[in-house]
Amino acid sequence: MKTALSAVLIAAAAVATAHAQSGSPTLEKVKKDGYLKCGVSDGLAGFSNPDAQGNWTGIDVDVCRAVAAAIFDDPNAVRYTATTAKERFTALQSGEFDLLSRNTTITMQRDVALGLEFTNVTYYDGQGFIVKAGSGVASVNDLNGATICTQSGTTTELNVADYFGSHGMQYQILTFEKEAEALSAYDSGRCDAYTTDQSGLYAARLELSDANANVVLPELISKEPLGPAVRQGDDRWEDLVRWTFYAMVNAEELGVTSQNIDEQLNSQNPEIRRLLGIEGDFGEQLGLTKDWAVRIIRKVGNYGEIFERNVGSGSPLQIARGKNALWTNGGLQYAPPIR
Amino acid sequence: MSGQDEAAAIAPPSTAFWADPRLRGIVFQAIALGLVVWLFWTMASNAADALKRSGQATGWSFLWNTAGFDIGFKLVPYTARDRHIDVLVVGLLNTLLISGLGIALATLLGFVIGIARLSPNWLVSRMAAAYVEFVRNVPLLLWILFFYLALIPVLPPVKQALSLGDTVFLTNRGLYMPKLHWTDGAGSIVWALLAGIALAVATTIWARRRQRATGKRPPDLLIGFALIVLLPVAAFFAAGAPVSLEFPTLKGFNFAGGMSILPELVALLFALTIYTAAYIGEIVRSGIEGVSKGQSEAASALGLSRGQRLRLVVIPQAMRIIIPPLTSQYLNLTKNSSLAAAIAFPDLVHVFAGTSLNQTGQALEILAITAAIYLTISLVTSGLMNIYNHMTRLKER
Repeated sequence: MKTALSAVLIAAAAVATAHAQSGSPTLEKVKKDGYLKCGVSDGLAGFSNPDAQGNWTGIDVDVCRAVAAAIFDDPNAVRYTATTAKERFTALQSGEFDLLSRNTTITMQRDVALGLEFTNVTYYDGQGFIVKAGSGVASVNDLNGATICTQSGTTTELNVADYFGSHGMQYQILTFEKEAEALSAYDSGRCDAYTTDQSGLYAARLELSDANANVVLPELISKEPLGPAVRQGDDRWEDLVRWTFYAMVNAEELGVTSQNIDEQLNSQNPEIRRLLGIEGDFGEQLGLTKDWAVRIIRKVGNYGEIFERNVGSGSPLQIARGKNALWTNGGLQYAPPIR
Repeated sequence: MSGQDEAAAIAPPSTAFWADPRLRGIVFQAIALGLVVWLFWTMASNAADALKRSGQATGWSFLWNTAGFDIGFKLVPYTARDRHIDVLVVGLLNTLLISGLGIALATLLGFVIGIARLSPNWLVSRMAAAYVEFVRNVPLLLWILFFYLALIPVLPPVKQALSLGDTVFLTNRGLYMPKLHWTDGAGSIVWALLAGIALAVATTIWARRRQRATGKRPPDLLIGFALIVLLPVAAFFAAGAPVSLEFPTLKGFNFAGGMSILPELVALLFALTIYTAAYIGEIVRSGIEGVSKGQSEAASALGLSRGQRLRLVVIPQAMRIIIPPLTSQYLNLTKNSSLAAAIAFPDLVHVFAGTSLNQTGQALEILAITAAIYLTISLVTSGLMNIYNHMTRLKER
């Protein structure tokens, strides 16, 4: 009788703690599968792109890797699904993957009407144009009457219509289902300009037959905050993804890198101690372990490291930090404190 | 009273109701129908529930929201400030345009290929066979991309456009031609043209009658052609030359004015035509081979030439075999035109089930509308072909 009672009590306690710890059906499912299912692009250098060995790399991929590292202490416990711009939301909604990390612009329509929640802005972008160097176009306003190529199913089509419409400029739009076809049409002279997010233009420029014969125009005609999205209805999962990214931004601000993480574990700075789980139980409240952020930083790195490695000075794209610098350096990247 | 008595007498007297095949049939059909209705009702309510739970927008009101994007090729006026339902119309017209042109051209080319395959000339029949095997064994999407990506680099850029007397220009932006500019009084030319066509048809009928009565055929083709050309020309001068030409001129990046044919349209049309023509060629060949050999031998015995044998005896009979599979090819071509998205031709699937879907996120509604439209187009096409089939089928008297 006594043993039966204690068994019931232990079971009840176990259920209670399990509930307090995660309470996220998505996290439960991911833990049970042993890997994270992540939706990425069908190939955009610097954001999500398979390399020569077939390994995915890029900022968006590193977000997936960071979430996997926080959960499993293994950044490679991710299964990637390449999606086109058109398919991505439907695939996330229908549960084909649990995290969409695919250079996706956050807009109100997408946030409120698609059953999605965006967690962070991982990259502040804007829409730009690339033109042939000898075409005599120095600014977007010189593009009156031009033929413009772009990819369908994105916000770029809407931005072009808004900008050219409001400036009384004529244009002809050609929208392709895949970026590769749109670029090759631009490359062969079918269009005068190719337009997409400016980060994408730098990546696209490297794929053209002669990168130096093409220039990215300086102006941006839109705000394109890019970020990962999850399905609506699992707030705990949303929190997990959001704070995984914030941990990487906080780590950069506090000077914690994948190189110095072991020394930083002895730091006396209370902010660093809270981030690394030496004080407090923030990780456990997310349904993870105390050292969740240590896992992320050690295996994937802080935000600055990810940026430089994928699109910045350590990559062929050579994009400057610009708006994506930390707020302390005049940029927009700012993470709420961990406390 | 007596009717009832008779029925009672005919019906087997002692069959139990479950052994009555007619009653059993009705019961089973009712059950099957109930199951189908229940299945669809469950699916629909399940989908509605799931959408509501996941917080996605539902309903049809999005059709009246501003679309906000432009379309590069349209047959009716459209701007970014129009609604999603206008996008639907633009896309549908583009789909109908490409399907209509594709069906016409593929039929012409297909008949040529099919007849060439049966040519007594070894070279001609081998070439037709090689065409069929080569074309139909490569996926259509590859043909579309191939023609598009091969076409663009070959065509000159705008500044070095190939021109024909400064009125027609060929560039990688398309083929630019003068456009007819209508002013008041131009309607009379159209009426004159219609009258010319009607008179030409009447002439042909009269000529046939004369041929039957006298054995000699008046030159009806010549007369008809003269009527169709001369009447509108006469009307043009009578109305004081109300039609002028608007020439395309180079302005900035591109030609302005006139009318243009986009390379996307040409590449797509070309790919759909040659691909479907390969299948139609095989259908035509099998149809002709299906006509008994005695028919063409009898025709030869009557002194008809090879052309006359084909035209007057063999093909009319072959049509009965050809039409049903030909209908399937027409439907395939229409549905295949949705591959246009790959090369930026704005057909229904590309702009409505593509861009509109992505901007509104209402996948179920938009795909249901698109499927219903394709279904309607296909049913109309096959309905028309069935009428034609009915007209050409063997009439037993």
